[in-house]
Amino acid sequence: MGRTVKLTVNGQEVSREVEPRLLLVHFIREDLNLTGTHIGCDTTSCGACTINMDGKAVKSCTIFAVQADGRSIETIEGMAQNGLHPLQEGFWEKHGLQCGYCTPGMIMCANAFLKENPQPTEEEIRWAISGNLCRCTGYVKIVEAIQYAANKIQAQAAQPSETKEVVA
Amino acid sequence: MSITESDKDVRITTPADVCGMGHRMKRKEDPRFIQGAGHYVDDIKLPGMLYLDIVRSPHAHAKILNIDASAALALPGVLAVITGQDLKAAGNLHMMPTLMSDTQMVLPIEKVVYYAQEVCAVVATSRYIAADAVELVKVDYEPLPAVVDPFQALKDEVIVREDKEKKSNHVWHWETGNKDATDEVFSRSSKVVKQKMHIPRIHVSSIETCGMVADWDKINEHMTIYMTSQAPHAHRTVVSLVSGIPEHKIRVISPDIGGGFGGKVPVYPGYVCTIVASLVTGKPVKWIEDRSENLQADSFARDYHIDAELAADANGKITGLRVKTLADDGAADAAANPSKFPAGLYSIGTGSYDMEAAHFEVDAAYTTKPPGGVAYRCSFRVTEAVHMIERMTDIMAHDLGQDPAEFRMKNFIKKEQFPYHSPTGWDYDSGDYHRALRLAMDLIGYEDLRKEQAEKRQRGELMGIGISSFTEIVGAGPSKDFDILGIKMFDSCEIRIHPTGSAIVRIGVQTQGQGHETTFAQIVAEELGLPASAITVEHGDTDTAPYGLGTYASRSTPTAGAAAAVAARKIRDKARKIAAYLLEANEEDLEWDVNKFMVKGSPTRAKTIQEIAFAAYTNFPQGMEAGMEAVNYYDPPNLTFPFGSYICVVDIDKGTGEVKVRRFVAVDDCGNIINPLIVEGQIHGGLTMGLAPALFEEIVYDENGQNLSGTFMDYLLPTSMETPKWELGKTVTPSPHHPIGAKGVGESPTVGAPPAIANAVVDALWHLGVRHLEIPITPPKIWKILRDNGIDED
Repeated sequence: MGRTVKLTVNGQEVSREVEPRLLLVHFIREDLNLTGTHIGCDTTSCGACTINMDGKAVKSCTIFAVQADGRSIETIEGMAQNGLHPLQEGFWEKHGLQCGYCTPGMIMCANAFLKENPQPTEEEIRWAISGNLCRCTGYVKIVEAIQYAANKIQAQAAQPSETKEVVA
Repeated sequence: MSITESDKDVRITTPADVCGMGHRMKRKEDPRFIQGAGHYVDDIKLPGMLYLDIVRSPHAHAKILNIDASAALALPGVLAVITGQDLKAAGNLHMMPTLMSDTQMVLPIEKVVYYAQEVCAVVATSRYIAADAVELVKVDYEPLPAVVDPFQALKDEVIVREDKEKKSNHVWHWETGNKDATDEVFSRSSKVVKQKMHIPRIHVSSIETCGMVADWDKINEHMTIYMTSQAPHAHRTVVSLVSGIPEHKIRVISPDIGGGFGGKVPVYPGYVCTIVASLVTGKPVKWIEDRSENLQADSFARDYHIDAELAADANGKITGLRVKTLADDGAADAAANPSKFPAGLYSIGTGSYDMEAAHFEVDAAYTTKPPGGVAYRCSFRVTEAVHMIERMTDIMAHDLGQDPAEFRMKNFIKKEQFPYHSPTGWDYDSGDYHRALRLAMDLIGYEDLRKEQAEKRQRGELMGIGISSFTEIVGAGPSKDFDILGIKMFDSCEIRIHPTGSAIVRIGVQTQGQGHETTFAQIVAEELGLPASAITVEHGDTDTAPYGLGTYASRSTPTAGAAAAVAARKIRDKARKIAAYLLEANEEDLEWDVNKFMVKGSPTRAKTIQEIAFAAYTNFPQGMEAGMEAVNYYDPPNLTFPFGSYICVVDIDKGTGEVKVRRFVAVDDCGNIINPLIVEGQIHGGLTMGLAPALFEEIVYDENGQNLSGTFMDYLLPTSMETPKWELGKTVTPSPHHPIGAKGVGESPTVGAPPAIANAVVDALWHLGVRHLEIPITPPKIWKILRDNGIDED
């Protein structure tokens, strides 16, 4: 009954045998022990389970692990490379989190978004995270956190330095 | 500088490297959360752990004829199916007490009394097998008529609780205030307005649902419980009393919690089943609710049916308030109120207004709906009270043809009247209501907005301005009046200073995102001058933290925050003795300055707190106890009364009936501020949880008692698109009785925001004859009014 899936997770190749019905979020949390990805609603509504798959933001609670076969996924645990990612820094600086439960999903959603739209307006940021629910912050400081990250990434891109590869 | 960044009223006495009160310190807890290293209940994985899942009732009211678990038990990986009969046999565990001294079922034997009620629990080796087994349990029901409406319930045609001696759905009656005086005031007041309103059932919906891992160690007869708990000590005591396990053999750990808002105060049947499952199997057992279970079966909030009357004299001066209310308790009174207050602090409903008399009567009814009555980010029924008085105030102002701001200014309790004794017996500690409203009006440009509204109305556009000037009542509470199940509502803090001058602070309250690890460090930094960065704050583990009643009702700062300051001052008293010894000076010749004791008039002769801490372990006076630690259990002398004035501007889309919140200015006064950044975050979040019930959220039942709002596709939380860019202002009026002058802030915005929004919408439609709209004010409600008035988008 098992199926073998091979995928890249935060830059590492992994291969596991899984039940075909195993949800990707359970695969990430329980088979790979990457518990930074959370579950909030089971119905693709809240976005707490958002990861990046081949660079796109994906809600991992409503796809199967077998659908990730051959793909490359990135979770919150892969974000900090040489120090915090500008998004992580932005959430900390701007108080973009309270209980922290939605935060990994928010950051992963914003990560995929900023790659598509590196200089977003406030309205564009609000639209981008509208599939991710936060019950604590009222979103204002999350928007500021993402703006902070966008500015920082732009500034790093503008002046080549050793820190540039952090966000590449 | 934007409004939100103005800290000119915030008191700061320590330098940035100490980072005491008033500093915008970045949160100490954030590094783990932003890197995915938070540790929530569902992240706990123990060797050999089993999983529990729950069979739930498809009926709101039905007899249970038979439970056949044979197919489930035959499924490989299923270890047990626990029924109400099993719990009864294990020592009457099928029933449990609620926090309000009522009882509720853990698992049923005779009948179910709400939709999605827990019927039996399945224990299996994996989450997926447990879910499969739930589908295989066959339960035969005989449906009984549901009773969904509490007014209908009071006719006692269908009895919800046949297990009770009293065969009636009437649960309790409670009164406060002075009936005769109020009736007398009404008889001589020239103007009386009346309004019925319903504050509907809503759900806290923290993004993390509830869950538990129970780990019974049968060799040591010890139970470790990891639990989504806002009150771990109280839960430990309840578990001990119900299970008979001695309290020292129970350790409750509330790890990182993904939002509480009151929903993680009660004890739910799933928790009890998980503990029993671990006892029965001798293995660790995990139970995690899914979202539908959370929305359908966990404690609801609100559900008050209010009938209010407000009286005023010919000059528009409010004279009295008379309120009758029916509370829909669902199938048990499982509210989370202090014992002596069945309707919580609802009698704060005279609000910010000076009046001669008031009288409140509340009755409660059982219905075939889930039990509850938790806070939804509100201090014990204060939201219901504030919505009522702020709506009534607006109706009165409009009826009298007076501007709602002017009307409020005329009726506010004046600054010089504090401490103010209210007609329902509360002693408001401090306030300056005129200043807060005036600031809100200035920030939003009130007078210009009224002109704009008049012009727009001429053109047929629908714009409204709504005000809410609320008074909160938080910080429960003084032991003479406040207890939960008999345990007084003090709270605690224990501080230990290490020899090298860093410290650990342990508190009896528990954070669910409020930032205690930062703010409590700042309180201790303020008092002792140790850098906040050198202070670890620990909470949520009953084996290490001092006993406390937990975090809800904005009580952490008023109670445990005070305890932290008092414990730190005890340490400072000892530090003075050691400093006197080290400096060879008299204690009374020393004075404290930020982080050191120095000899008066000779500031070079000084010892820092770090030097003194080292001496407490290495060089202390003969006869003195070594070490540097203190504990305080703080019993507040009074509650605290935060307040604020909110102004909201809405535009209504004539085509769709949609309400767009264009601007929202919130001026809050929570007394002295510990961390302005965290206070802003609390206010933003609270405002959003005020917007939610005003425009979007309601748990809806059909006539059969079926929950129609059981997923986030049906129960609408505000997203980033609906949430406005909140604009904040603040005034600072310290609490005179609190050691650091703070009042608490987390819930003020949730309490204050809904009537500001509702008042704005009614204000936009008043000229069409609209006096009141029930929340949530959804587009169809307005669309119908517009069409009835012949208004459409053209």
